[in-house]
Amino acid sequence: MTLDRQYFDEMLSGADDVRGPYAEYDKWFAQEDAVRLSKKSKEAESFFRRTGITFNVYGQSAAQERLIPFDLIPRIIANREWTKLSKGIEQRVRGINAFLHDIYHRQEILRAGIVPVELIAQNEAFLPQMIGVSPPGGIYTHIVGTDIVRTGEDDFFVLEDNARTPSGVSYMLENRETMLHMFPELFSQIKVQPVSDYPKNLRRSLAACAPRNCDGRPTVAVLTPGIHNSAYYEHSFLADQMGVELVEGHDLQVVDGRIAMRTTEGYQAIDVLYRRVDDDFLDPLNFNPSSMLGVPGIMDVYRAGNITIANAPGTGIADDKAIYSYMPDIIEFYTGEKAILKNVETYRCSDPDSLKYVLDNLSELVVKEVHGSGGYGMLVGPAASKKELAAFAAKLRRSPANYIAQPTLSLSTVPIFTKKGLSPRHVDLRPFALVSPKEMHITPGGLTRVALKAGSLVVNSSQGGGTKDTWVLED
Amino acid sequence: MLGKTAGGIYWMFRFLERSENTARLIEAGSRIALTRSKDPVSEWKSVLTTAGVRNNYDQKYDSYTAPNALDFLLRDTDNPSSVISSIENARTNARMVRTALTTEVWEAVNESWMALKAALKTPVTETKLPAVLGEIRRHTALVRGAVHGTMLRNDIFDFTQLGIALERADNTARIIDVKYYTLLPSASYVGSTLDNVQWETILRSVSAHRSFRWLNDHDISPASIAEFLIFDSRFPRSLSFCSRLIEDNLGYLAKDYQSRLPCHDMIDAQRDMLRGQDITSVFDEGLHDFITSFIRQNNALGLQIEQDYRFVG
Repeated sequence: MTLDRQYFDEMLSGADDVRGPYAEYDKWFAQEDAVRLSKKSKEAESFFRRTGITFNVYGQSAAQERLIPFDLIPRIIANREWTKLSKGIEQRVRGINAFLHDIYHRQEILRAGIVPVELIAQNEAFLPQMIGVSPPGGIYTHIVGTDIVRTGEDDFFVLEDNARTPSGVSYMLENRETMLHMFPELFSQIKVQPVSDYPKNLRRSLAACAPRNCDGRPTVAVLTPGIHNSAYYEHSFLADQMGVELVEGHDLQVVDGRIAMRTTEGYQAIDVLYRRVDDDFLDPLNFNPSSMLGVPGIMDVYRAGNITIANAPGTGIADDKAIYSYMPDIIEFYTGEKAILKNVETYRCSDPDSLKYVLDNLSELVVKEVHGSGGYGMLVGPAASKKELAAFAAKLRRSPANYIAQPTLSLSTVPIFTKKGLSPRHVDLRPFALVSPKEMHITPGGLTRVALKAGSLVVNSSQGGGTKDTWVLED
Repeated sequence: MLGKTAGGIYWMFRFLERSENTARLIEAGSRIALTRSKDPVSEWKSVLTTAGVRNNYDQKYDSYTAPNALDFLLRDTDNPSSVISSIENARTNARMVRTALTTEVWEAVNESWMALKAALKTPVTETKLPAVLGEIRRHTALVRGAVHGTMLRNDIFDFTQLGIALERADNTARIIDVKYYTLLPSASYVGSTLDNVQWETILRSVSAHRSFRWLNDHDISPASIAEFLIFDSRFPRSLSFCSRLIEDNLGYLAKDYQSRLPCHDMIDAQRDMLRGQDITSVFDEGLHDFITSFIRQNNALGLQIEQDYRFVG
């Protein structure tokens, strides 16, 4: 494999120098036949197709179902690396939940002048309907996906927080299943921490957040926008794995002050709703009146404390990319500790000096929309043409507050398997944390996304990214 | 279980049954058209009528030719009952109710969909037809096998059986409806080639040409064929058998949910009606009237089940 010395590679630190976590794997790989691996690679694809692990692409014909390409070289993380990462994530998630509680109650952090008031007041992700509402168990974000990138041996950065509805966990689980299916011998040679408890933990964690007046075993359900949603597979997968109903808005209505689902035997009340529908569509009476995906009146039931909505409405404020830049201060404010995980340096274009810097250095920066996600509407300066840069600069001048900019990070690489052998590609990592009043549970590993195009830094599946199985080694 | 899920299961199995029935109609039709009939045009017309799609077909084509009929019945997405539309609908419903299916059943449906989409991508020539029909039969059998081998015998299973039985009863009744005139005693003059061909078509359309002969060694008369299709409780596509299947499964639901609903009264009435008749009384009453009234009742029962078990809000 030809290494690009500019980037940190997680498998090889030199031409023949294999990094510690990959030592065992490399021995196995060296004895493998390339033809057999090619065959395995095709086998994996047909496995995904048969199982129906597909996603729908927005803006393409409804019938279009695509696979997220899977690469069979695992992304391996040493136990000590993971220990530090998971501590950092736990601290960050605690901070975010405390922040959300504060923002919808006393707003101490605004009074202390740590986060500017206008960033909250004028933010679309801030829901005035949530002011003074205390969610059951005090938890706002029950399921969090923290996007992490690496640039060196000890350099990990949080790229973004996904506190509203993080997706991708089904790929984490299915990627592992696929690897176990294809290379069982690897897992008997190398001790990898399991991920398969996630659905069980998710259900337990959601049940632990049930409203106080719920007696007996809480009824949990997953709310999906329906089969045309890009993440429908994941919604049905999680409901299935948890053994709970997968509901749509039209299955639900308010019955006797509670949210109930229409069953073959009449209406049955739900205690905890794991919703994969955005805030705006959740309740046509309280939010977007044209929404067909939600449940009229669910917010009133919620405010009365008769249902748990996970994640709570209004958590999106913590995902906001402008809020992101304050995250180290936010964590310190609530936990009293310095943030363990670093933030990427961020320029808020709402600030005139920053805007000037960003415009002057556009070709070296990555610019993102404050509310954007999925890699849409973002500019990767070094990869953009002069024309694209000029067009983006015009957008920036028109509405600077919509954007933030970050230096182009030298994302680490992990090899992928190609016809010509191993070849390094940039990766990121999304571990998943489950939060309940009693505990926090972080699954060892997470979803590794990989940019399949050589040199590309964009790992999003909607932009041609793939995934890898992520291993955290046993001690 | 969600009402929507019950509906999804029910329709998934109706559509699977439909794709299989359509394939069987095509098989019988093409065989007769090739080997026996002096009038292949009316044979295809009759197949399209039995499949309940002749109006749609007439809007698209001027004549009843084998290639057009085959294409319309197998591959045309404008035809909601074509094999491709049925399998697509079955799979869409399966995706919707995925949590109610075992992995084996889901994978069998998904694989059927992938395989049949590939097999029906280009027009099916007469040379390829047997292989394609075989594939349809094999895949639907695979799904059925997965259902029987892996699904819990609970309300979910009951709705799979209801979907199958209602669709099948409708199919058999429509076959009789289209060909009823050949089964009338007045139209039967034994030894006439025309009638032998028609009877064979009927039996082939329900895959019963062999079993019928096993059961009715010498008596191959219109009345015995009609009796077989309507009353024989051993034959899995007879009206009586399907009715019994519906009765049983509605019974399991009533027991499971401890609730008797209007659909239970309707199936009881259907059962009593079938029990109270035999082939002589049917012919006395008029075969055509009997069949059209059965089809109407069967449809009404389907709608009542949808309502009683809250398929839609």
